[in-house]
Amino acid sequence: MAPDAVERIAIESDADVVTARQRARALAVTLDMPSTDQTLLATAISEIARNITTYAKRGEVCIELVRDANGRRGVKVVARDHGPGIADLERALTDGYTTGGGLGLGLPGARRLVDEFDIQTAPGEGTTVTLVKWTRG
Amino acid sequence: MAVPILKQGPFLIASIQSALTDTDVLQLRDDVMAQVTRHRSRGIIVDVTSLDVMDSFVSRSLQGIARMTRLRGAETVIVGIQPEVAFAMVQLGMSFEDVQTALDLEEGLALLEAGFGGT
Amino acid sequence: MADPTADPSPDARDDLLRELVAHLRNNRTELRQDWARRIGEAQLLTALTEEEIFSEATSVYDNYVEVLETGSVEALRGYARNLSERIIPRGVETDEVLGIVLLLRDVLSRSLFKKYPDDIFRVLDVYEPAANRIANTVAINFVTERERVIRQQQEAIRELSTPVLQVRERLLILPIIGVLDGQRARQLTEQLLRGIRTNRARVVVIDITGVPAIDSTVANHLVQTVDASRLMGASVIITGLSSEIAQTLVTLGVDLSKVNAVGDLQGGIEEAERLLGYTVISGAVTSEKAEDRG
Repeated sequence: MAPDAVERIAIESDADVVTARQRARALAVTLDMPSTDQTLLATAISEIARNITTYAKRGEVCIELVRDANGRRGVKVVARDHGPGIADLERALTDGYTTGGGLGLGLPGARRLVDEFDIQTAPGEGTTVTLVKWTRG
Repeated sequence: MAVPILKQGPFLIASIQSALTDTDVLQLRDDVMAQVTRHRSRGIIVDVTSLDVMDSFVSRSLQGIARMTRLRGAETVIVGIQPEVAFAMVQLGMSFEDVQTALDLEEGLALLEAGFGGT
Repeated sequence: MADPTADPSPDARDDLLRELVAHLRNNRTELRQDWARRIGEAQLLTALTEEEIFSEATSVYDNYVEVLETGSVEALRGYARNLSERIIPRGVETDEVLGIVLLLRDVLSRSLFKKYPDDIFRVLDVYEPAANRIANTVAINFVTERERVIRQQQEAIRELSTPVLQVRERLLILPIIGVLDGQRARQLTEQLLRGIRTNRARVVVIDITGVPAIDSTVANHLVQTVDASRLMGASVIITGLSSEIAQTLVTLGVDLSKVNAVGDLQGGIEEAERLLGYTVISGAVTSEKAEDRG
């Protein structure tokens, strides 16, 4: 089977945040993902894409359909920036910690909304957040 | 896209029509505050029926509107949160503990009227 | 016999393909009958009547020849999906569907070999790729459709296991019976939230008398259910929280301060009526049980 195309969305303004989550939802619909899961996925993308506009100013979000070893299908999202990176990752993943003036629910919240969550970051080099939402059953 | 705000008696009704960017949300906050001051409104309804996502920024901003208007003597009711959206907000950690909510516009108006009965 | 390694020119290939297609069209009646007979002998599609088998066989046959002619499986894909939708509820299994398509492949190739005894390899070159694609397309569409049906059924069973009952206007009751794990708690919350919307509920009574044990994870799910319901404008009352469970939860440090708990279901309904603005005359509240919205 041919690999599914990757959709790449440049994140430069707050309108791009909306575009990114709408594209991901459109892909999730093609998998018959239940609407609650579509909403959880779209919300998680909103959080990680906003982290880009807030801290790094610009970056990109890549969305693709994936399949695991058992044939289960899902949507994978990679949000990448070359911004300042996160100095204290452990604290950034704790509810209520923020340096951006918000509530600090962004990263820990997004992690709770999806099935797989990974974050790679280095101060001065940028941040890459990868998340996957699988279809149920 | 700007959110239209209608005046209905002592109340204001802000009906969100489509997905909001952060800029739109901040604009809505400023507009609501200006209108509350101008009309001395007693209550505000923000109708979010058409929102399919309420992330932490939108939620926090709506909470901010509710807190600010309360300081001007006006109660804010958020109406029309969809089932999936409510589920996602709670997972996210946003539970709007100090914000009034109602099922839809009709219920929201009933709630405001009960609170300000006879005026 | 033709050299099997010879690469025929595209023109020669097209000519042969046209001949094969014409042959299969000319012998449609006979070959279709032969195929239907073999389906019967192999005891495939036993859930269908003879007329049904013949009618589907006709459509499959015509689709088959068309794919051979055009090389496009697009129309076949639509037919395969449609066929699957019709026969899955009748209990037709994957091996049967694959079985009949392979039988047709054999019936047709036998007839072609008979007609072109000296050209078997060239015939195979033209016929085989299309035949394999056809088998593939039918099987994939059947399996996909079957998975979709199974998912739907599982969903329906899960929903049935936690009925949301409308007791009176604006009041829902959710009696939970049995072990509550994370997945079920989540399912239940989603269902309740949809129920609130559909029934325009303002108060919900969740009765957990029938839940044997609750750990902190499930308790937190319950708290989330309460929070999410409130976001939709509905208040939640929890009833049937046994003193053992209450003690466990307090010991575990679960914050239940936001939860409106009432001892038993009866008391919970009375509290709900009070919230809805009804006056309870006597202690007894008649619950005219409305439809199950599950």
